[in-house]
Amino acid sequence: MQLSELGKGYSAVIERVGGSGALRRRILEMGILKGTRVYVEKYAPLRDPMELIVKGAHISLRVEEAAQITVREVVAGNFHG
Amino acid sequence: MADSTLTIALAGNPNSGKTTIFNAITGTRQKVGNWPGVTVEKKEGLVVKNGYQLKIVDLPGTYSLTPFSIEEIVARNYILDESPHVVIAIIDASNLERSLYLATQLRELDCKTVFALNMMDQAQTRGIKINAAKLSELLDVPVVFTVGNKGKGIDELLTAAIELALSERQVTQKRKVRYNLEIEKAIAALEQVLTDPGLPYDPRWTAIKLIEDDGIIKERLTAVAGDKAPALLEAAQQQRIYLMDRFSDEPEIVTTDERYGFISGIIKEVLTTSTLQRVDISRTIDMVLTNRFLGMPIFFFFIWAMFQVTFTVGAYPQAGIEAVFGLLAQGAGYLLPEGMIKDLVLEGIINGVGTVAVFLPNILILFFCIALFEDSGYMARAAFLMDKIMHLVGLHGKSFIPMLMGFGCNVPAIMATRTLESKTDRILTILITPFMSCSAKLPVYIVLAGGFFGARAGSVIFGIYLTGIVLSIVTGRIFRSTLFRGADAPFVMELPPYRMPMLKSLMIHMWDRSKLFLKRMGGVILIGSMVVWGLANFPRSGDLQAAYSQKTASIQEQFTDRMADADATRKSELALEQQAVLSDLERDHNAEQASRSLLGRLGHVLEPVFQPIGIDWRGGIALLSGFVAKEIVVSTLGVLYAVTDDPQANALQSALRAAGMTPLAALSMMVFVLLYMPCLATVAAIRRETGSVKWMFFSIGYTTSIAWLMAFAVYQGGRLIGVS
Repeated sequence: MQLSELGKGYSAVIERVGGSGALRRRILEMGILKGTRVYVEKYAPLRDPMELIVKGAHISLRVEEAAQITVREVVAGNFHG
Repeated sequence: MADSTLTIALAGNPNSGKTTIFNAITGTRQKVGNWPGVTVEKKEGLVVKNGYQLKIVDLPGTYSLTPFSIEEIVARNYILDESPHVVIAIIDASNLERSLYLATQLRELDCKTVFALNMMDQAQTRGIKINAAKLSELLDVPVVFTVGNKGKGIDELLTAAIELALSERQVTQKRKVRYNLEIEKAIAALEQVLTDPGLPYDPRWTAIKLIEDDGIIKERLTAVAGDKAPALLEAAQQQRIYLMDRFSDEPEIVTTDERYGFISGIIKEVLTTSTLQRVDISRTIDMVLTNRFLGMPIFFFFIWAMFQVTFTVGAYPQAGIEAVFGLLAQGAGYLLPEGMIKDLVLEGIINGVGTVAVFLPNILILFFCIALFEDSGYMARAAFLMDKIMHLVGLHGKSFIPMLMGFGCNVPAIMATRTLESKTDRILTILITPFMSCSAKLPVYIVLAGGFFGARAGSVIFGIYLTGIVLSIVTGRIFRSTLFRGADAPFVMELPPYRMPMLKSLMIHMWDRSKLFLKRMGGVILIGSMVVWGLANFPRSGDLQAAYSQKTASIQEQFTDRMADADATRKSELALEQQAVLSDLERDHNAEQASRSLLGRLGHVLEPVFQPIGIDWRGGIALLSGFVAKEIVVSTLGVLYAVTDDPQANALQSALRAAGMTPLAALSMMVFVLLYMPCLATVAAIRRETGSVKWMFFSIGYTTSIAWLMAFAVYQGGRLIGVS
């Protein structure tokens, strides 16, 4: 499943960060790495970008970028990672 | 010992409280400048502590030291080239993991590092506990607790930094990140080759950078190693190919992963999060401010409120400033002998600068509001809310920030495009930012809208601003699909926790930017006013002067006669009448003089260009003079419409109406002012930031064309539907 398909209020573990070059590395550097649990805090009013909580920080990411990220272990509910 | 200076650099993530700590250390003894060659802001401060002079350098806020953005390159180059005695890594306690990512990279660079564990109080309310002693032991770094906004721990931090600077302490290898076996093998192999040519940096670090395919380090290596370079780079490439094959991924991705792996090991030992009730006010605020339904209306309300406050509250101190300039003009009038110098000082300098100075309160308030957005953390939310729209233009939500700053002044706004990572994004943002109506254009709107639209002036000005925004989106879209095809920059952005802005920091922010306006008033605007005055007053026509003196004399004679046989009340009535007739005569004379002047001739030549958009030759001249600085448009109008007396907007408005300007023409002029070529300072900034004269001329050309077309549409369209 892709991160972009995750609804508001769901969390999942990062399986693989796809994409290439600087964007991919920047995503990793912000702490969105394999094995990290991310929580979808919300989507922006215009449905894009999305706001994630990763390692306690709030990070925003475009839906098309989140579509490059594969996730597993999707669970519903609040998560404060 | 006081003569020995120690250099201390501050490094940290954006929003880690780095600036707050810098302000707490240096107070107001700051020197703001630019990093050499680039326009990223450089802040330095000198303080004396324990008998040592400390030079504190605030490095740009970054998440990493990989050379992606200019900020990162600047920060890294400073540490590599200037070798500061100590680097203080500001660690945001609520964001330990990511803060350590930057901090471990600093340690890899082999510089002496002190950790400032900042904002522990906030972290505690979120249930986070950090074992500082353990952290210090594991990484072999001094750790000091600080609370920047309360000035806590600053003394201890500096003392620790001085101690470390003086110590012989070396960073031990075992405290650094160890990578997996394959990568370590590659590093070791490269280190062997790298010890050879006597390279400036630590061999291990250089080896890691080569494995990560770091462009800047490769370039520098080539410069230093000379003919040995190709062999070195070839060896590095071999290792990269091998590792890529081995991990089926780029080595720099693997090293990023492993650094975080190393950090998570540390985190496990030093960080405990309690499962107790966590208070996260920031999240609660965001439930409202970035809410699906409320977010956008609130955002637009904030922007609207910002402009309302700027205009209405800013209007109060204006009377005072007007009075001061009135007094100045009066004083100079008494002191100076009649003649050209007096004219220059009164009409050129005091009048010219005065018309602009009255807008200082507006500009201060606007910059205060923008600083408030930035310091509170709302600016990032603005980018979050607006990204979808910006993305339609093909821009990053972050581009919204420079564009919003464009409302204040285009010069810092264009400098702020440095925060954008992609060069095409930067150029595109630079090209459309001038449509964000800067505060210098505001005086023009206030005069025109105030004079012709009465109570609806506020709405008209709002509409003008809105037009600028819409046009920037439309042109951005067009450029993106023609000149700048290709992928946009990634939108990976942190939404920092909301913070209560500190008054001191707001003031510093506001003042830094307003200073620019004041400097221009003393420099460009002063000179501009004098040049415009000169152009408007020369050549002096002797005939005209003589005729004017003659007329004045004859009127005076007339009134003297009439007053001779009148009673007391009639006399004072006549005196007033005489004054009115004389001032009318003077105005007409000045206008006549202006029409025959150099400026007037130029205006007449250009009349065919401005006529179709409803602007007469005087308006045309004012617009031309606005190239120096947009505020000058108003003062030039003042000179050309021969407004006598003190520099009051009201007087100019009546003069404009008397000269036959219609509301439609005023609207057309406002549209033209909104869109036409940026001012001198902005053009210079565009040239510097795009690094090309081509983009500068392109910007001047297309903005002016669009301005003319839009003004034409407004004026002729308005006339077609019968508005005047």
